[in-house]
Amino acid sequence: MWIYEKKLQYPVRICKPDTRMAKLLMTQYGGPDSELAAGTRYLTQRFSMPDDRVRATVNDIGTEELAHWEMIGTMIYQCMRGASREDIKAAGLDGYYTIHDCGVFPVDANGVPFTTAYIQCTGDPIADLHEDLAAEQKARATYEHLINMTDNPDIIDPLRFLRQREVVHFQRFGECLSIVQQIMCNKHAMSNAAAPYSRSAYSK
Amino acid sequence: MDMTQNALLMKISEAEFVCVELNLYLNTHPDDEDAQADYYSYSVKLRNLIERYEEAYGPLKNFGHSPTMTGEWARSRWPWEV
Repeated sequence: MWIYEKKLQYPVRICKPDTRMAKLLMTQYGGPDSELAAGTRYLTQRFSMPDDRVRATVNDIGTEELAHWEMIGTMIYQCMRGASREDIKAAGLDGYYTIHDCGVFPVDANGVPFTTAYIQCTGDPIADLHEDLAAEQKARATYEHLINMTDNPDIIDPLRFLRQREVVHFQRFGECLSIVQQIMCNKHAMSNAAAPYSRSAYSK
Repeated sequence: MDMTQNALLMKISEAEFVCVELNLYLNTHPDDEDAQADYYSYSVKLRNLIERYEEAYGPLKNFGHSPTMTGEWARSRWPWEV
């Protein structure tokens, strides 16, 4: 169950149209390292996580990603709001406009639509957590690329917030990985303690 | 949205941010008593701020989490419309 709160996690106020940045921001709405990919990745991986602390982390970061997805959607919406057809054409968004008008649809910066092939759920917590760590770093790098592409302070400010969240999430997923590795170490130690019996069984 | 409403919403966002951050930290450090105490105190602060906001400007949450009889939920402004 989710409850909606009618506010953004961090304020977004983009006063003037900026169709060039709208196009680039789409990559964090529907691209491979988008907030949509992050949210669906974690919220679907949580079912097969082996520890309460890890389940809580994956669940709660997945939930926070949906709030980030909403922020990016708001940024795209506000960057397209009031844009002229000339602005849309100049930004290379004429193809997008033909299909979606100024609707906010999950595609990447090149117009490639979102696919769940961007995410994985192996059911193996070590593999899944490594993917999550990589995803946070890829999103951090993407935010830095986006910040490098503009000098619009209304856009840079929320992007800096979102970039920082990737760093915190990476930290928490790293702790989750240590927790899971410790659990597996303990299991391994227990099976080693039983080893003399199995060895003797083999030696016969 | 007037200045007072905006300022109160900002205070809510600040307290909520502390709660999000401590919540994530406590997920992997559930026995940290200092963080537990901070989480509790900011949760109470957040609840009080949300109550103050909702009394003045209407419900912030749906599905019964912001008691209201006025139908204000549908009429209040959506966060991307600022």
